[in-house]
Amino acid sequence: MTGAEAVYRLESVEHRYGDRVVLQIDHLEVVRGETLCVVGPSGSGKSTLLRLLQFLERPTTGRVAFDSHEGGPDVSLEVRRQITTVFQRPIVLDRSVRANVGYGLRVRGIRDHATKVDELLTALGLSALASMPARTLSGGEVQRVAFGRALAFEPSVLLLDEPTANLDPRNARLVEDLIRERQRRGVTILLATHQTFQARRLGHRTAFLLDGRIVETGPTQEFFSAPRDPRTRAFLTGDMIY
Amino acid sequence: MSADLLTEFARPELVAIVGLTLRVTGTALFIACLVGVPLGAMLGLVRFRGQRLVTLTLYTGMGLPPVVVGLFVYMLLSRSGPFGALQWLFTPAGMIVAQTIIAFPLVAALTMSAVAGVDRAVHAQVFALGASRVQNAWTVVREARVGVTAAIVAAFGAAISEVGAVMLVGGNVQGQTRVLTTAIVLFTRQGDFAMAMALGIVLIVIAFAANLLLLRLQGRLGER
Repeated sequence: MTGAEAVYRLESVEHRYGDRVVLQIDHLEVVRGETLCVVGPSGSGKSTLLRLLQFLERPTTGRVAFDSHEGGPDVSLEVRRQITTVFQRPIVLDRSVRANVGYGLRVRGIRDHATKVDELLTALGLSALASMPARTLSGGEVQRVAFGRALAFEPSVLLLDEPTANLDPRNARLVEDLIRERQRRGVTILLATHQTFQARRLGHRTAFLLDGRIVETGPTQEFFSAPRDPRTRAFLTGDMIY
Repeated sequence: MSADLLTEFARPELVAIVGLTLRVTGTALFIACLVGVPLGAMLGLVRFRGQRLVTLTLYTGMGLPPVVVGLFVYMLLSRSGPFGALQWLFTPAGMIVAQTIIAFPLVAALTMSAVAGVDRAVHAQVFALGASRVQNAWTVVREARVGVTAAIVAAFGAAISEVGAVMLVGGNVQGQTRVLTTAIVLFTRQGDFAMAMALGIVLIVIAFAANLLLLRLQGRLGER
């Protein structure tokens, strides 16, 4: 990816909760239009990384830059609106499914969004539930609503935190197809997952995060076929890494 | 008794009393909500120094006896008081002031509790969907709408049913400051139980209708 334009640039990032260091990344770049999969066990810092990239938090030390903008919760709305996250445990608002999917469009002042929302509801198999209160849905349905809600306003950066964790294989396939469609449109995607096969299917590059540190990063095919670090090898073969 | 009761509903005086009650309580509630809902929402959303003191003051305000509020407003509006020049004592304006003071802490404190009780993850979710600060705050308030509606309902109930403050500040002057509660007291004392009962029924019907309206509004906010 040398020479390609970096959307995110992380330099000497360290993030702590109290005395506990949860993330320590010396250098990481996410290139425009790529899908970077971050794999790692639970608690390795994947969600924290996404929170920093979404500018929900500012790193304790170091810098997270988006294009030329310095990142933090006070980053401009214009910048923030280019990015969105599908959280591992998404929160749906106490409204209908349709209103939830249209939320991002509504806050952007786009009132005439019925067609767009209907398209997404159909694509996600949620049409029959459109008028239902979103809080009455199952975990898998909520996950699909969250995914549709994130895609509705066509962000240029998608941060996905275990987006298919609550889904059955059929719906996971449906979501992965939508991710591929966004890849074709040039959306920059950062996908945090503990499912190595999903990273293999979707990632242009894959990074292995362990105890808050990036152990190894490389083109996906290379990453899986010839991992350099023994810890990566152990993780990929399902051996105990602790 | 039932025939007497029916004829009482036709008394023109009753219409005037109901009209004034709605005007006084409606205006007081409107002012209390106009200030109390945004203030309560802000207190529920942000953290600042002295917040506990403000919270404690509001909670204390919720328990203020109406008659004490009436006394306080009476002193403020009396001719020798700081606002005597307004000449609001024994007028509906003075009664509105008293009822606003009663309703305001209820609206603000209960709104604050409702908004503070919204899952913090909603803030992050809405932030990630591109909401501005104002949109974020409004979304959180909407998520708390059941609690906010309860705050308004409680304030409405407290204002329309109180008698001590409006009696002191308004004086229960016929055709001018007589509202449902003060009229009930008067007619009961005079032994006119049919009229007192009729007024009591009207008061309950108004409370029911107002709560129904608020609940419908709350439901409509959830549909959009």
